[in-house]
Amino acid sequence: MTATAQKRSAAPAGPVPRRRHGAGRPVWQERPTPLGQTVKGGALLVILALVVVPLYSVVLTSFSTQGSINLAGGLVLVPHGLTLSAFKLIIGGGVVTRALVISLVITAVGTAFSMMITILAAYGLSRAHSFGHRTMLIIMLITMFFNGGIIPLFLVVSALGGYDQYWALIAPSAVSVFNIIVMRSFFSNVAVDMIESARIDGASDWRILRSVVLPVSKAVTAVIALFYAVGYWNSWFNILLFMPADSQKWPLQMVMYNYVTEGMTMAGSGSNIVGQNLGHQQIAPLSLQMAVVVLTLVPVLIAYPFVQKHFTKGVLLGAIKG
Amino acid sequence: MRAVTTGGTTPRGGGQGITTLATPAAGAPAPARPPRAGRRKQTAMSWRVRLRRDKALILMTLPAILLLAVFGYTPMLGLVMAFQNYDLYDGFTHSPWVGLANFQQLLGDPAFWHAFWNTLGIFSVQLVLFFPVPIAFAILLDSLLSGRLRSLIQSVVTLPHFFSWVLVVTIFQQMVGGAGLIPAFLRQHGVNNPFDIMTTPGTFKLLVASQMIWKEAGWGTIIYLAALAAISPSLYEAAAVDGAGRWRRMRHITLPGLRGITILLLILNLGYALTFGFEQILIQRQAVGPGAAEVLTTFSYYYGIVQGNFSYGAAAGLFLGVVSLVLILAANKVAHLFGEDGLYRR
Repeated sequence: MTATAQKRSAAPAGPVPRRRHGAGRPVWQERPTPLGQTVKGGALLVILALVVVPLYSVVLTSFSTQGSINLAGGLVLVPHGLTLSAFKLIIGGGVVTRALVISLVITAVGTAFSMMITILAAYGLSRAHSFGHRTMLIIMLITMFFNGGIIPLFLVVSALGGYDQYWALIAPSAVSVFNIIVMRSFFSNVAVDMIESARIDGASDWRILRSVVLPVSKAVTAVIALFYAVGYWNSWFNILLFMPADSQKWPLQMVMYNYVTEGMTMAGSGSNIVGQNLGHQQIAPLSLQMAVVVLTLVPVLIAYPFVQKHFTKGVLLGAIKG
Repeated sequence: MRAVTTGGTTPRGGGQGITTLATPAAGAPAPARPPRAGRRKQTAMSWRVRLRRDKALILMTLPAILLLAVFGYTPMLGLVMAFQNYDLYDGFTHSPWVGLANFQQLLGDPAFWHAFWNTLGIFSVQLVLFFPVPIAFAILLDSLLSGRLRSLIQSVVTLPHFFSWVLVVTIFQQMVGGAGLIPAFLRQHGVNNPFDIMTTPGTFKLLVASQMIWKEAGWGTIIYLAALAAISPSLYEAAAVDGAGRWRRMRHITLPGLRGITILLLILNLGYALTFGFEQILIQRQAVGPGAAEVLTTFSYYYGIVQGNFSYGAAAGLFLGVVSLVLILAANKVAHLFGEDGLYRR
């Protein structure tokens, strides 16, 4: 059972060779028909609108006054009265502010922790013919194919005292074997000459990793850090499992779930929701709810452009993951 | 001491010399580090020497192994509880053994079979509706002549991949849910009682599939675009010169070029037929009710954690894990039959 790096076969490594460099139509291609152009353009516009309009509307509503929300009868599409009051209210202390800070800290600490472990393990497994690397790799791979499931994991973490503890939101999901393998296949391809000459100069493996391997692996490091960060930022079930009761400790996704997602169905069905004590914001107006949604969006939107340029280089490896 | 780069070439000195160098007794001032060379020499080197040489590498791998041992393997051992009547106070060691009773109960439980068939139902609808979308979309994007427009569109549609499921469900609620944008629009235009897809059990499968498309279709195009970019442009040119129109070129060059990756992804998808979409479905379970939204993963969670029947939930989990393992292995087998690599190689 050889470790995969399966995408290596599926996709060409390195930057994708672009067939046509945006230099226009090749001579052999027929002139586009007006009908075809219209259909294609229309399809693309619809697709773009499907993504952009909901986001635009959510953001706009979070900045809208109660009056313009009433006028629209829900989400706002045309800007009317704009206000920052929703953000002032939720950032000015209280549940959402605390949840935001908690989420940011968990994401930062978790990503750093995961990256450290992943980089070390990926390098430790990447040198050909090292002692025991095959065994260790197989030990890791097995967990990709089979796991104990939710309930034994819950009991193990609880037995270790992790119930209601923040480390329970980090440690159980800290290592992604998939990410280790992606990174390992990158590290294995770092020029062996460079590594060997560093070794002759007396560099230890620690030194080689830091000064030779990592500097040439920035793209994959950035992409995998993004995967981890997004994973921590977005994780919701972990909170439901390990921290369901204490709403004072909830990260942002859980607050959003109870306060926005469940809040909406509650209005319809009247069913009771878990941990509804949201302080002064018992029943939130729509703009408050959308402001929470926007808060969860912002970090993703900030990080996205920075890492996006590495996508074509590094992300093809992870494309199957989704 | 010369370093040997990769395996195969025999270094000067041979295995014997290297071993001597590595032992402290040799007292050589050079770093006592035999090169990691080809297999042949390795066997000549004692494992102690190799262990000492590679101890830094092992040390580096250890934290990951340790975490997997605690949070991966210990829960696997914990699955013995599926054969017990687990009690929180007695723990794994003192809970009474009940043999296969949990599984007997499970296989006789209509709720379990309901969840089982529902899982397959949601999965099939999702597969049929979702799977072709990234392919079609990739072909559409690839046909764009302007590289800038293409990358702009791509970065917009890839974005939802990085949203959490809670966020995606919320956005859907605000768009198509009872009080959402589209029903509000319909109400303003004379439709009295617009349809609320978010809480209607009958359309839940469609809802799951459309959320999946909204979130993941853009991301899914990346791999197909790479496959499309790998098709040699000279094929298209030659076909065009021979008089093949754009539809014939698509039929005979583009689609065959995507065949391999499509089969691979399809097969890999099948391997996750029972475990997909856990969070997505769990978030909406309350809104549409367990009748439409109970799948095997949520079944295990609800019976095990929410109702506190740990052993019963774990039995469902073990069933799920074993069947999934079989599915994944079988899927890989099929991938191998098609000449693809699958998750691992032979």
